[in-house]
Amino acid sequence: MKKTFALIFTLLIGSVLLAACSGGDSKGGEKDSDKTEITYWQYTFPTKVEEIDKIIADFEAENPDIKVVAQDFPYDQYQNKIFAAVEAGDGPDILNIYNGWISKFVDMDYIQPIREEFMSKDEISDYYVDMIQPYELDGEYYTLPVAVRSLALFWNKDMYKEAGLDPESPPKTWDELIENAKAMTEMTDDGRYKKEGFGWNAAGQGLHEFQQVLLRQYGVEPYSEDASKVLWNEKQEGYDAFKYWMDMTMVHKIGDPDVGNTYREAFLAGLAGMIVDGSFAVGDIQNANFDWGVTTLPVLEEGGLQSNYASYWTNAIAKGVEGKKLEASEKFLAYLIQEDVQRDWLENIGELPASKALIEDAELANDPTYGPFIEGLEYAHATFFVNEDKERQIIIDGVDKIRLENADYDETFDDIVKKIQEVRDEFFDKQ
Amino acid sequence: MATNKETIEKKTLSLQTKKALIAYSFLIIPVLFYLAIRIIPAFQAFLMSFTTSSSSAFTLENYQKLVQDEVFWKSVKNTMLYVVIVVPLQMLFGLLLALAIERMGGKFKWFYRVVFFLPYMTSIVAISWVWRLLYDPNSGVLNEILVKLHLPTQEWLGSPSTALISISIVIIWQMMGFCMLLFTAGLQVIPKQYYEAANIDGATKWQLFWNITFPLLNPTIVFLAIIGVIQTLQTFTQIANLTGGSSGGGLGGPLNSTMSVVVYMYNEGFREYNLHYAAASTVFLFILILIVTLIQFRTFNKSYKL
Repeated sequence: MKKTFALIFTLLIGSVLLAACSGGDSKGGEKDSDKTEITYWQYTFPTKVEEIDKIIADFEAENPDIKVVAQDFPYDQYQNKIFAAVEAGDGPDILNIYNGWISKFVDMDYIQPIREEFMSKDEISDYYVDMIQPYELDGEYYTLPVAVRSLALFWNKDMYKEAGLDPESPPKTWDELIENAKAMTEMTDDGRYKKEGFGWNAAGQGLHEFQQVLLRQYGVEPYSEDASKVLWNEKQEGYDAFKYWMDMTMVHKIGDPDVGNTYREAFLAGLAGMIVDGSFAVGDIQNANFDWGVTTLPVLEEGGLQSNYASYWTNAIAKGVEGKKLEASEKFLAYLIQEDVQRDWLENIGELPASKALIEDAELANDPTYGPFIEGLEYAHATFFVNEDKERQIIIDGVDKIRLENADYDETFDDIVKKIQEVRDEFFDKQ
Repeated sequence: MATNKETIEKKTLSLQTKKALIAYSFLIIPVLFYLAIRIIPAFQAFLMSFTTSSSSAFTLENYQKLVQDEVFWKSVKNTMLYVVIVVPLQMLFGLLLALAIERMGGKFKWFYRVVFFLPYMTSIVAISWVWRLLYDPNSGVLNEILVKLHLPTQEWLGSPSTALISISIVIIWQMMGFCMLLFTAGLQVIPKQYYEAANIDGATKWQLFWNITFPLLNPTIVFLAIIGVIQTLQTFTQIANLTGGSSGGGLGGPLNSTMSVVVYMYNEGFREYNLHYAAASTVFLFILILIVTLIQFRTFNKSYKL
């Protein structure tokens, strides 16, 4: 019996000591109790994590009464982490989320609207580029981004030369893109790709390139004004656009999703002649061991409509944050979105400024690498997603039915539209 | 005298109680732990499946939705296919390997055992990604070999008609080493005298196998069949790593052709954040595993007589 007591006693002492240690830690960081501590969550993107740490240090120097704790999580687990933490009542005060998740997070009651006293709707629409507009939900803005991303066409100059093409004249129209890509595509005798001319993939940016670029260039407005109706197949031109896009892989055979693990990896490995990718890809592509260039997205015919797709990571204040913490969170957000920070952000991370004034800055617009992206922002559209993952999967499945099971184009297209419409109906019926 | 005896009894009793108390106090920690992280959450998931996120009233809504969902039934069908393909083959190959290595004798036995057991010890994630490269339709080694042999190349994971088989091959390849090891252990406890006696009676090799080896391996077979079926019904990691991922395609593709019930549950619970609905699919999986295991116990576990 004595031994048991001794054991229990040791355990007790041990746990008390442990508790004392960990207690000491948190007290050490928080010297006095007037300091307001807020937490900021983001996914692990090394340069962003570094940049945020720097911003926080500057911010804390200016606001000694506020302490910002930044935490980051791997991308695949990020949403799960938020979900688990918020459900357990243990979520962060500020969340960095993808624009495609905003509706879902509002729907799940995780984030609160930006208060009128903090930044009014007019101030927000004056400050930011126009593509933020689609995310006004029930007349409220919920998030404020630092930076946005648009798409552009990357091309491998070495592969252009090898194929006997002029490495300094990338395609201006989609027809030219197909022609150039055909020249660069190499196949084995049994019809497998050795190299693809164009990194065609419905997943990744492909589905955005279809709905916000090709459809619009064919004269189809993809969604109704309030985003509740999917209008892709309202007109014959929608079917034509879909056929044009699918034919790239089905008929012209200029690329296939199976080449490389992703089209960016294929491009980096010198297996894809051209890809459409975002400004965030520049960081990776800079290290490529071949000559490359980047230009604006092709148009349907020369002088025709230009279009682009934009997306962004954006900052929201969690539901239930109030009082001192809310004030501190707003102060931090205000600091985060200022123009100086946005400039640094472009330099260090490669995401484009979200402020209207900066986009019009001539120096930035003439940058050889970022220029095409910034130009793209002028005519870019952000898709209002109800449920980004689900809508993406519907398109990928539809495309796979055609690719792998030779399904009929028009029927499949109708089916895709019908299914996305169902997802939207479910969301808007709840509102 | 009687009182004396009584006191002795009391003393021994209290000593036993003491011992039991100590044992219980040690056991209570793992029991509490097990209750807290396994039993209680499982019970909560069961209750959750009868509610929705908007109301806590009892409802069968989740189950109605489940029964009507085509993708769910596809995942059930796929799960059964995994079991039917994977379990018999991994046991068959495991047994063949065990018999072959047992037959070899000599110095290199351990080497072959290690080689075949190695995949089982390796991380499933690592293995899955290596196989993913092997399966690559454009540059993968498997298609290169097929071309060299003048055979038609395959889409492997890329086509709905071959993807499920391709994943099954990876699982079989990984699990057969484990089966081999247990069969080896099973073979070694069979008394040699049985074989000697049968040899004297003039039994053929085939007769030796069917009448001695096979029946005496019965406990191993039952164990491997039950463990194999339960593991295969819960297959997740291989599917999660061999499919989806690249550029954002979902798990269990292409076209849901490799989706198992667990992957379905994961997609619904942790992609769609519909935990109540996902809970309903786990309850279904639990019942499925329960029924299959009970049937297996009934059919396999008859005692063989020599």
